[in-house]
Amino acid sequence: MHNNPPETGAFYPRDLDWHPPAYTPGYKTSVLRSPQKAKISFDPSLGEISGPTFGHNMLGELDNDLVLNYAQPGESAIGERIIVHGRVQDERGRGVAGTLVEFWQANAGGRYRHKKDTYLAPLDPNFGGCGRAITDADGYYSFRTIKPGPYPWPNGVNDWRPSHIHFSIFGTGFAQRLITQMYFEGDPHIAICPIVNTIRDQAAIGQLIAPLDMNNSIPMDSRAYKFDITLRGRRSTMFENRKEGN
Amino acid sequence: MQPLDFLKESPSQTAGPYVHIGCVPTFAGVEGVYPEDLGKTMITGDAKGEKITLKGRVIDGSGTPLRDAMIEIWQADANGLFNSPVERRGTADPAFTGWGRQGADGDTGVYTFETVKPGRVPFPDGRLQAPHITMWIVARGINIGLMTRCYFEDEAEANAEDPILARVEHKVRIPTLMAKRDGDTYTFDIYLQGDNETIFFDV
Repeated sequence: MHNNPPETGAFYPRDLDWHPPAYTPGYKTSVLRSPQKAKISFDPSLGEISGPTFGHNMLGELDNDLVLNYAQPGESAIGERIIVHGRVQDERGRGVAGTLVEFWQANAGGRYRHKKDTYLAPLDPNFGGCGRAITDADGYYSFRTIKPGPYPWPNGVNDWRPSHIHFSIFGTGFAQRLITQMYFEGDPHIAICPIVNTIRDQAAIGQLIAPLDMNNSIPMDSRAYKFDITLRGRRSTMFENRKEGN
Repeated sequence: MQPLDFLKESPSQTAGPYVHIGCVPTFAGVEGVYPEDLGKTMITGDAKGEKITLKGRVIDGSGTPLRDAMIEIWQADANGLFNSPVERRGTADPAFTGWGRQGADGDTGVYTFETVKPGRVPFPDGRLQAPHITMWIVARGINIGLMTRCYFEDEAEANAEDPILARVEHKVRIPTLMAKRDGDTYTFDIYLQGDNETIFFDV
């Protein structure tokens, strides 16, 4: 990490029109799980400006390698081998260094290793489906996995999720906390997915679609997809008089 | 005119039904990838302050508890200090992380945290806030993580001075933010909808 002192400014307000609203009847589960009363807004205080941090020493050697981190010795997960990499940055374009990024996904057949997933595609005995990384000094992360398969889900009669990877990102303050999903360039399911379409702005949806990145693909081994993630920006504290201290 | 060239925050998507695989894999039965689920242990030594259990459920508009929710909490230590580089007022208790993460139980929907009761933290204007725990809830059907605060019903004097509670126009809703005490256990149920809908915050 750079040796700059940690920033202590409050976050830019969230653009709630850019995010999906709570109530999205096309995604049926949201109907009974969406708050209906107005949220109460306030400028972040210390408890939202601060957040937990995690050290690189927490990571295991295979944490960012889903091809191997659940596989038996000498074996590997089945599927299209891919590398997902990118930069965690904030709304000012600054890299977010040293932040934890977690990811989870279905296997190549579209099945999750979860007792409540009963899809008829088989489990892969060498694929667990979770991993994590911590960004470097410039905000970069990368991991290796297999491309997850699309799968049907009970919403409409015949709804299918596009291939996707779930992401959880911490940032440097708890109010930056974000969970989202990454989609793959060219997937025809993106346009017709009720979960994708909880987001109303096509440009916002585009922000979640990772392009194929042949520059970082490894010949005869793995293709790469590039996925940058943007978190809320922080105000400068230079002109703020905070009695709790800057 | 120059462009105001800020980037846009990545839009949120639901954590989905299998968030436990990604965030609490051992709890979800995906064992051996990590030594322990992150956030499972908040008290890592001889932590200062009162040890408490915080438990509750996240309940949907039909009254059914969510069994696929994940709850994270973030709080000050017993002296009101955060275990974070952003904390500049002092050094937080090294035996307390301040951050916890738990999955709702797959049968009952109950979440449980073993933590300490937080101290009071000043608001930016200097007024003291009442002891509280910031909570973040994600699940299938929740399109963007919900942030709320758990206060303590037995802190009436501090609660009466709290600048955030003071901002709540409809005082009848304040009890939705109050954990109820029984011995060393506080219970805090989160209602996503209905007459008792929990107050959620846009911070």
